[in-house]
Amino acid sequence: MHVHSGKHRLSIKMNAKTAPEKADPTIQFQNVTYGFNRSVHHKVVSDIRFSVAAGQTLVLLGRSGSGKTTLLKLINRLLVPTTGQVIVRGRPTTEWDPIRLRRSIGYVIQEAGLFPHFTVTQNIALVPTLENWDASRISSRVNELLTLVGLDPVEFASRKPHELSGGQRQRVGVARALAADPPVLLMDEPFGALDPVTRTELQREFSALARRLGKTIVFVTHDLREALLLASRIILLESGRIVADATPQEFPLIDHPEVRAFTASLSPLAGAHA
Amino acid sequence: MSAWTFFLEHRAEILEATANHLTLVLIAMAFAIAIGVPLGMFIVHRPTVRNVALGLASIFQTIPSLALFGFLIPIPFIGGIGRRTAIVALVLYALLPILRNTYVGLTGIDPAVLEAAEAMGMTQSQILWRVRLPLARAVILAGIRTATIITIGVATIAAAIGAGGLGTFIFRGVAMVNDAVILAGAIPAALLAIAADLLLGLLERRLKIS
Repeated sequence: MHVHSGKHRLSIKMNAKTAPEKADPTIQFQNVTYGFNRSVHHKVVSDIRFSVAAGQTLVLLGRSGSGKTTLLKLINRLLVPTTGQVIVRGRPTTEWDPIRLRRSIGYVIQEAGLFPHFTVTQNIALVPTLENWDASRISSRVNELLTLVGLDPVEFASRKPHELSGGQRQRVGVARALAADPPVLLMDEPFGALDPVTRTELQREFSALARRLGKTIVFVTHDLREALLLASRIILLESGRIVADATPQEFPLIDHPEVRAFTASLSPLAGAHA
Repeated sequence: MSAWTFFLEHRAEILEATANHLTLVLIAMAFAIAIGVPLGMFIVHRPTVRNVALGLASIFQTIPSLALFGFLIPIPFIGGIGRRTAIVALVLYALLPILRNTYVGLTGIDPAVLEAAEAMGMTQSQILWRVRLPLARAVILAGIRTATIITIGVATIAAAIGAGGLGTFIFRGVAMVNDAVILAGAIPAALLAIAADLLLGLLERRLKIS
């Protein structure tokens, strides 16, 4: 067990005040607890320590209510730690202007959360619009992104979300998150609501896309298969605590009841993974 | 004398009363919307003000309309006999449906949409103006529609305090025990209400699709 001394934490703070070094992790959880003494118990996470290096895809795996989404929301300051610190790109989230922080982090959620009154173009252009890009730059960026996520700009640009299939909506959700080219991407079970065939398609495509873009990605899922496909590292959560932290190769070999529970959920269908 | 002949003989007078009635309703609605919608927006993130505002608006609505008109007469500036008092009372009546629907519309939005908006780095005021308000339009309009219909009805009672309108015929008819005279006020009032309902209903449906 590593214990962070006050001295250690201080040195990180000082690093943050000078220019962050290249080797610094993009995201770092330092002894984070959230929801201590709160009535909403399933949201409690405690003793969270991990870091995500630039360009890594970290998958947070766990059952419903294990605290995965809470960790995600601590990164873009939708939540603030009760104790400890979350450091994003060299600065604790509490010292960031939340608006600036969030605009530098793409966010994709289940069922996409697209704005129903906006067209596909307006949805994708959201952050660029908020950042006052000029119209021609926005429109070329939107075309570029639609092509990137496999949607024909001519056909889809002016549609409304209700005129799209679930898979198409999720593609637009990914495009919207990438619009202002944020270095970090947070994804909360983005493919969870899709039918299995579409889900597999999107997982494969996204896996290739993620490798190509080199973003730092934190991806929440309860699906071990998805975790093994996408992750450069898997963290398993149980009741708000980290119980395993490993590469996809090592993960299935870990001797922990919750890991076994997850690998067991996989094995009757495809034992080949381990 | 049949109602029909009464209508024909007094059509100019009825038309004028209808116009008066409509003016009364339009002025009251303009004030009610100008107060209710911004107030509804204001209370979205302020629970204390919200409870007070919604509570007061509900109380106004429980006061019998004739009593409310009566209560207002002795109040300086807004009271007295005539149109101004009537408009104040009508605004108080119309406020609740507009205020409540504005609040419900602004807060009844898919949480995933609001979460996405916040996570993308929109400020609370950008979320209010660019996300909540456009998505709440149809619900707000439904409140305005309800308020308009209520106001058209209640405005007939405004004649009791000398505000004119179609109520003039109704009160006169009651005093004369003459159905024809009552109908000369009641029928145009009902037609106004139906027309307002249809028109605003049409607009509401159009807002819902987009």
